[in-house]
Order: sequence, then C-alpha cells, then structure tokens
Amino acid sequence: MTAILRSYALRLLPQLIALAAILLMVSFVFPGFFRLEIQNGRLYGSLIDIFNRGAPVVLLAIGMTVVIATKGIDLSVGAVMAICGAVAASSITSGHSLAMTLLITLGTGILCGLWNGFLVAVLDIQPIIATLVLMVAGRGIAQLVTEGAILTFNDPGLIFLGSGSFAWLPLPVLIWLAFGILVALIVRKTALGMLIEAIGVNRQASTLSGVLTPVLLIAAYMLSGLCAAIAGIIAAADIKGADANNAGLWLELDAILAVVIGGTSLLGGRFSIAASVLGAIIIQSINTGILLSGFPPEFNLIIKAAIIVFILVLQSPPARNALTFVALLRASRKPTERQAR
Amino acid sequence: MKFAKALASATILAACTFGSASAADLVVGFSQIGSESGWRAAETTLTKQQAEERGIDLKFADAQQKQENQIKALRSFIAQGVNAILLAPVVATGWDEVLQEAKDAEIPVILLDRTVDASDDLYMTAVTSDLVHEGSVAGKWLADTVAGKPCNVVELQGTTGSSPAIDRKKGFEQALSGHDNLKIVRSQTGDFTRTKGKEVMESFLKAEDGGKNICALYAHNDDMAVGAIQAIKEAGLKPGSDILVVSIDAVPDIFEAMAAGEANATVELTPNMAGPAFDALAAFQKDGTKPPKWIQTESKLYTQADDPKKVYEAKKGLGY
Repeated sequence: MTAILRSYALRLLPQLIALAAILLMVSFVFPGFFRLEIQNGRLYGSLIDIFNRGAPVVLLAIGMTVVIATKGIDLSVGAVMAICGAVAASSITSGHSLAMTLLITLGTGILCGLWNGFLVAVLDIQPIIATLVLMVAGRGIAQLVTEGAILTFNDPGLIFLGSGSFAWLPLPVLIWLAFGILVALIVRKTALGMLIEAIGVNRQASTLSGVLTPVLLIAAYMLSGLCAAIAGIIAAADIKGADANNAGLWLELDAILAVVIGGTSLLGGRFSIAASVLGAIIIQSINTGILLSGFPPEFNLIIKAAIIVFILVLQSPPARNALTFVALLRASRKPTERQAR
Repeated sequence: MKFAKALASATILAACTFGSASAADLVVGFSQIGSESGWRAAETTLTKQQAEERGIDLKFADAQQKQENQIKALRSFIAQGVNAILLAPVVATGWDEVLQEAKDAEIPVILLDRTVDASDDLYMTAVTSDLVHEGSVAGKWLADTVAGKPCNVVELQGTTGSSPAIDRKKGFEQALSGHDNLKIVRSQTGDFTRTKGKEVMESFLKAEDGGKNICALYAHNDDMAVGAIQAIKEAGLKPGSDILVVSIDAVPDIFEAMAAGEANATVELTPNMAGPAFDALAAFQKDGTKPPKWIQTESKLYTQADDPKKVYEAKKGLGY
C-alpha cells in the first residue's frame, strides 16, 4: 500500500512542486492569500476560490485525459459546455423538473460525445478534425437554443449546483472531487485504464489482440462529453444564466494545457487523472493569482504564458536529464566526501 | 454591368420623384452585422419597428459577421435602387469602393453604431454613441452620489484593447479627475462576460479586506455588473448599498437588479440608432437638409428612481 502511495507521490511530484511554488509566489504579492474563514456557513477565501473557479477546467481535463490517452484529442468540449448550459437553461425555464433537466442535459453531452466518437472510431477521421466539427458548430447550436440572448433562470435547485455549498465546501468543488475519484477508480481498479493505454500505444495491435477498440474509443469521447455537460451545468448555474457566446470559450485549450502540465503525453499511451486535475488547479492558481496581484490587465496573458513555459521546460526531457545528471553527480561525490572525513 | 447601373440610377430617379411626396414610398436597405450580441438583436428589432412606424419599406440583410456579405448586400441594394442605405459596418476598413458606387448612384448611406475609415463625403452621416461620454456620465453620477465622501472604486474593464474598454475607462477617469475623494483602487478586465465579472469581483473582494475597503463598482458593461453583484452577495455584502454599482449598456437584466435594489445606475447605449437616422433621412428627402456628419445618440442615465421594473418590461421583448 505504501509502495503504491509512494509511486503515486513520485508521479505527481513535479506538479505538486509547481503548485506549491505558484501558491507561494502569489502569497508574496498578496499576503492574505492563505487566510480562510467561515462565512454564511461556507469556507471563504482565495484558496477556495481557486478550487471553485477551477471546476469547469478540472472537469474538462478529466475527460480530456482519457481521450488523450487513446492518442485522440477533443476540441469540442468548450462548445459542448455552451450547448449543455443552453439546454439546461431552456429546459428549466420551460418548466421541466430539476431531475429531468439534469437528465436531458447530461444526455445531450453524452450524445455530443457519441457523435465525436462515431466520427473517430467508425469513420476513422482524425480526432483533431472530427472534434473540430462540433467545436465550430456547437456554439451555433447553443445560440439556436438560447435564441442569441443570455437565457436566465431562477430555479433554486439548479442555481444550488453552481453556487450552493455543502459541508463548508462550494458544491462545484464537491462535484469535481467526487467525479474525479469515481473516474479514476473505474479506470484504475479495472483493466479499463490499461486497455485505453493500449489503444493509445497502438490501436491496430490492440484491436488484433482482442480489445474492443471502437467501443472503448466511443466510450472515451462520451466520457469527455459527459464531463463537458457537467462543466456546462456548473458554469450556467454559477451565473444563473446560459451565455451561448461566452460559456466555455477557449476552455478546450485550457483543458488540453492542464493535461499537458499534468505530464500526460499527447501521443497517448500513458495518463494520470490526478496529475491532470493538479494541472487544472495550477492553471486556475495562476489566473486567480494574477487577479489578486493587481497588475494591469495588459499583463495577464504574458504572466500566464511565462509561468506555463517555465513549468513545461522543467518537465521537458533535456531539463529532466540535466537534473538527473546533477543529482547523480552529487550522489557520486557523497561517498568520497565521507571517506575524506 | 453598365446597363444595370444605368437601370439602377433610372429607377432611383423615378423613386426619388415619387418618393419626395411622402415617406410612405421610402425604401431603405439595412445591412446588419449579424447576431453577435443581445444588444445587436435589440438594434435590429428597433430598426424594424422604427421603419414600420414611419411607413418605410425596410429591406433587411444579415451579414453573419462577414464584410463580403455586407458589400454584396450593399451592391444588391444599389441595384434595387433603394432610397437610402443603413449600414452597421462589421470592420472599419475596405468600404471606399462600395460607398463610391452608392454615391455614384446617388443613394445616401447612413452608418449606424460604428464608423468607417473612409472619406466622409462617401456617406451622409454616422449615428453613433460617444463611448467616452458614456464613461463620464457614469463617473459623474458616482461623484454626485458620494458627494465628497472618500470612496474606493473598483473597475471591471471590458476586453483588453477593445475601443469600448479604452473609451469607457477614459471617460470615467475624466469625470473623476478633480474629485480627490474618489480613487480607483483596482482595475481588471472581465472580458464583458458575466462569468469573468463574477470571478474578478470575487478576487477584488478578497484583495480589499473582504470588500470592506470598496465603496463602489464601475463595470464597463451590465453583464459584468450582473456577475459581480452575485459575487458581492455571496461575500455577505449588500450590492447597491454596501457597494454602489454603476455600469453601462442598460440591458434588461440590470433593470431587474435595479428594481431589487442591487444595482444603482446604468448608462444607456441606445439600440435605437435607426430613429435619428430616419429623422435625418426624412429631413433630407423633404428639402435637402444635410445632417451633420456625426449624430450623437443620447447616453441616458437610469437610476433606481426611474421605475426600473417598467423599463425592464419595455426592454424585455426587444431580443436582448
């Protein structure tokens, strides 16, 4: 058990170090950063904001990780978020119950994933092109649903999903925590994760060795669609309205970035959901940190890019080799030093 | 092609001779950008309404955010020999040729809401709002309302580098200069969206001692203000009284917030750009009065005293 935990910690070490460094940096520019208090029966503070605001990207990153592990990519998640937010808002305003609304919305997300999966697995279209279709069309579909306006709603149940709290934690945080653990358990406690990795390494070889490749591929994209649907519900519930033009805009790129920061290779074959979640939290920490720092907005993107480049360079093979080299050098010197004493 | 042009100008001549009698025979082409925002949808609705009230036959063309579609629409209006053309240009450059064609056909062109980089003898007039003035109306309201008391203001800017963000910031700062009691303590972009408005306001509240240091919020548009109002409420403060909220655009949802006492004031960016345009056109048709090259629309200030519930009901159906 401890061996498993240790290997897990070792895998997540670069991400954890990066996160700690960023949080430390933010606390320098904004001293009250780590302060937490209980207000209105919930924890209140910048750290909670990071976990709460990061919810959509975390959720997208969970689905994206599994898709990328199959050597695919899902560019449509941002647009699917917009579609699902629009569907949820229009369903609740047209008088459906909350349960029905959630069912319809999650179903819509899964359906979008099914479409992507069909294009990739059955028609054999390259994932980047296949999902580009829905990325472009999706926002249009969402606008059709909301008729171009921001569709607002007042259903307390749906709003609770975005801004409510349970056990002192904002509900979006609990949702992504529970969902992330669930997905991680399903893929890691069964052979599913290994089969997904097998497809990513060599799709043809895994098909020949009896893996149901098309089914698993479609399932991966459906999971990504489901994640986007949950993220879309949270984003809409958060502002009590569905904004087809802006919901999830460019978030597919943040999700891919989160997966990359998490150390999952875009070439597929290996993945870690926990690392991707950490990657998403790192991105949100940077965002929140910039907002708290009080720099003029013209600097936002440059600061973000600089930090991300730094993290990625640290993870790059040449940098890793250099680090190992330095470590080896020190290790080899130690015994001689001891002898000298 | 030449024949078509000759035919077109002939029909215009005919239309003009008949048209001078009453506005009822006016045919006006309207090239709209597309459906990029709720405000634009409202502008389209109001333009159609205004045309109907005046008995103008409006030919509507939606360009779906593409300049080539707008140029195509303008050429077809010219070929149809309309009496005038309304143009909401999607970009500022590249209009010289088609505007010259309209001029050659003696069809007056009126620009709505945005201007173009072309010689101003190519169009009759431009009906736009003054973005700097909008910001200064908001700033003046705030200065008058706090009346000398010290007040820390946080600002939610529009998309970085966009002209509304630059000008609305400039106008607001102009109105604040000379009032040393008012200080902008934090200013960040909220990208004109509710989500970002809420997220940025959350961080403002944390950074300024849980919001106790903030006395007013100025948002470059209403959507960001609506998001920020939710953030203020979730932080356990009362928007509208603990933190004053002033924004720009006057979309329906801000009136709902104002009716609930959660927002204080908004400056209207009127979607009725066509009304003044049609008025100028009518005067021109009647006795050839040339309007000024720029018709500035009114930047009306709405506060809680202006019966926000009623304004909300009136604006709701416009397609915002």
